[in-house]
Amino acid sequence: MYEELFKKMAQSIIDGDSDASSALAQESITVGIPPLQAITDGFVIGVNTVGDAFGRGEAFLPELVMAGEAMKAAVAVLNPELKKQGTERRMLGKVVLATVEGDIHEIGKTLVGTMLGSSGFEVYDLGVDASPDKIIGKAIEVNADIIGMSALLTTTMVKQKEVIEELEKEGLRGRFKVMVGGAPITRDWFKSIKADGYSEDAVGAVRVAKQLVGAE
Amino acid sequence: MTKCIKSITNPKLKLEVLTPAEVRKIHDATLWIIEKVGVKFPSKRALDIWAANGAEVDRERKVVKVKGDLIESALKRCPPVYPLAARDPDQDLPLDGNHVFVGTDGCGVEVIDIQSGQRRLSKLQDVIDIARIADATEEVAFHWVPVSAQDTPHQTRGLHEIKAIWENSTKHVQTESIYSEHEARAAIEMASMISGGRQALRKRPVLSLMQCTAPPLGHDGGSLDAALLAAEAGIPTGFMTMSACMTTGPATMAGTLAVGNAEVIAATALLQLAYPGAPVFYAAAQYASDPRSGAYTGGGPEDFLFGAATNVLSDFYNIPLSMGSFATGAKEPDWQAGIENSLSTFMASIVMSDMLLGVGFLHGSRIWSYAEMMMDCEIFSIIEKMMQGIVVNDETLALETIAAVGPSGHFLAQKHTRQHMHDLFVPQFMDRRPYSEWESKKDDARDWASAKARKILAEHQPDPLDPKLSAEFSRIIKALEQ
Repeated sequence: MYEELFKKMAQSIIDGDSDASSALAQESITVGIPPLQAITDGFVIGVNTVGDAFGRGEAFLPELVMAGEAMKAAVAVLNPELKKQGTERRMLGKVVLATVEGDIHEIGKTLVGTMLGSSGFEVYDLGVDASPDKIIGKAIEVNADIIGMSALLTTTMVKQKEVIEELEKEGLRGRFKVMVGGAPITRDWFKSIKADGYSEDAVGAVRVAKQLVGAE
Repeated sequence: MTKCIKSITNPKLKLEVLTPAEVRKIHDATLWIIEKVGVKFPSKRALDIWAANGAEVDRERKVVKVKGDLIESALKRCPPVYPLAARDPDQDLPLDGNHVFVGTDGCGVEVIDIQSGQRRLSKLQDVIDIARIADATEEVAFHWVPVSAQDTPHQTRGLHEIKAIWENSTKHVQTESIYSEHEARAAIEMASMISGGRQALRKRPVLSLMQCTAPPLGHDGGSLDAALLAAEAGIPTGFMTMSACMTTGPATMAGTLAVGNAEVIAATALLQLAYPGAPVFYAAAQYASDPRSGAYTGGGPEDFLFGAATNVLSDFYNIPLSMGSFATGAKEPDWQAGIENSLSTFMASIVMSDMLLGVGFLHGSRIWSYAEMMMDCEIFSIIEKMMQGIVVNDETLALETIAAVGPSGHFLAQKHTRQHMHDLFVPQFMDRRPYSEWESKKDDARDWASAKARKILAEHQPDPLDPKLSAEFSRIIKALEQ
């Protein structure tokens, strides 16, 4: 009965229009659509459409990012309503993300965060220059499933290893899956530091994260 | 002509990629960005210098907003001409606007092993081997740290790397892999020992420093502190922007040029405010991100245009330019590598960029290939030859010889031919053989290029560094490791 509205919701995501998506989310609450249904039958259809077009090489990266932002805006409007109704959107997992200590390069990491967020992960982005203690502390605090670390410098890559060693030392290694990435990060490095996941780009990172939580 | 070093000089070819009015418009836009939007300088020392000079400093965000006239007056103090000195004074490189010099690219993390052909993580021995080959190659005029010495401690890695290059080559070293105050201090000490003291180092800097900006509109704190130390010591210092259309810059080329320009000239002005007259250079490797993935491109029409446009900007500020060329995104030395490295290097050369970085990499400056290094050198040689243009005079018109041969003859037996045949370019890595010969061997440029690199490595003995200096360098590094 709300087919038109669902279509508009999907379209707002495809258009990457955060204003439209949050207004439609508000409208769905007003007319009494259950928020979970607004997400699944409306907004997520748009995310999937853009994701598929991107996979075929037809959509460009900014379209994917803007779809993610529009999705985030819609979910922000729907979340309080979800809580009020005692329902919860089933998330794929919690991810703590950071650029490692001594490194301030975060565009790739931020992009990974956006992609994971729009793919159903709950993302805690610690920003740049994050110490092992800060990363591990946050992972414990939010009971994360995955720790994701980026590094751009050949001299800060080693911090990824330090975090993994620290997890081992504290007996926490089994509790978190660890993903690494960044321009100098190679498959050999990923293997040598015994991380659980590695991708060369943000789209691949979503695939890896899904595998790590058993969602794919 | 510098001894054993090939450069482009006195070019006949020209290109106008930006009109003076367009350059002015980009400059004005840049000043607007620096004054109204601001640039991030996450270093206490840098923020103090800005504050002392009357800039608007937001200590919490570490963002500085500077009036255009302060930037312009600071930039006027940059020396337009200075040398990059070498351990061998005959290999000093004049940065005078009339030379294009090529360096090795850097700083990669993997190497295609020269013997086994297998890809693996880079280590100190690779820095040594590449330095030795570059030392023997006339196209390579100076060194960047080509690959990361990942088997050395990360807090002193940059020092192990420059020590290795100095020990294996007499050419100038420009490091892009030192970006902390403690390493910069030690590197300056090492350089001054080679030059013969701090004053001698100012006159003949055997080391220069390249720092990356953190686009958009930002810098790294360690880089700023290292650059200020270098400027204080009179070591040539440059800031390189790698702003990219669509990701770290606007999707439009002009906007990306302006964003990158703001990063570079704001930091350059900072060095001049702190140390007026310090030798500085402009460095850039802007690119267009791949629209589909956002990935680094390593070549493409926009990248080639950036290569030509940036020297127009650095000329406007009257400072030398270090320009990113080569650095293909290709995974193998193939069609893509050939087209990208040729066009990027041609466009950066035709406007007389002072330094080109650099030869040797695949996969966007990540995987070192000796074959690619040798082929990149040949690309530069071809361009150097093209830049000489066509000489037109009585001797080159050769009318007497033409008359002597007449219709239906040939020029192979003419004295004039013998005198001028060596003017013609002889390629090392182009296949001009009969088809049947190729068919029987099926070898190509990559095989020949790899073989040449192996031969140099087996035979070339660089002039050694004084063992006393080597021992001193080891002591300096060891002290920092304890």
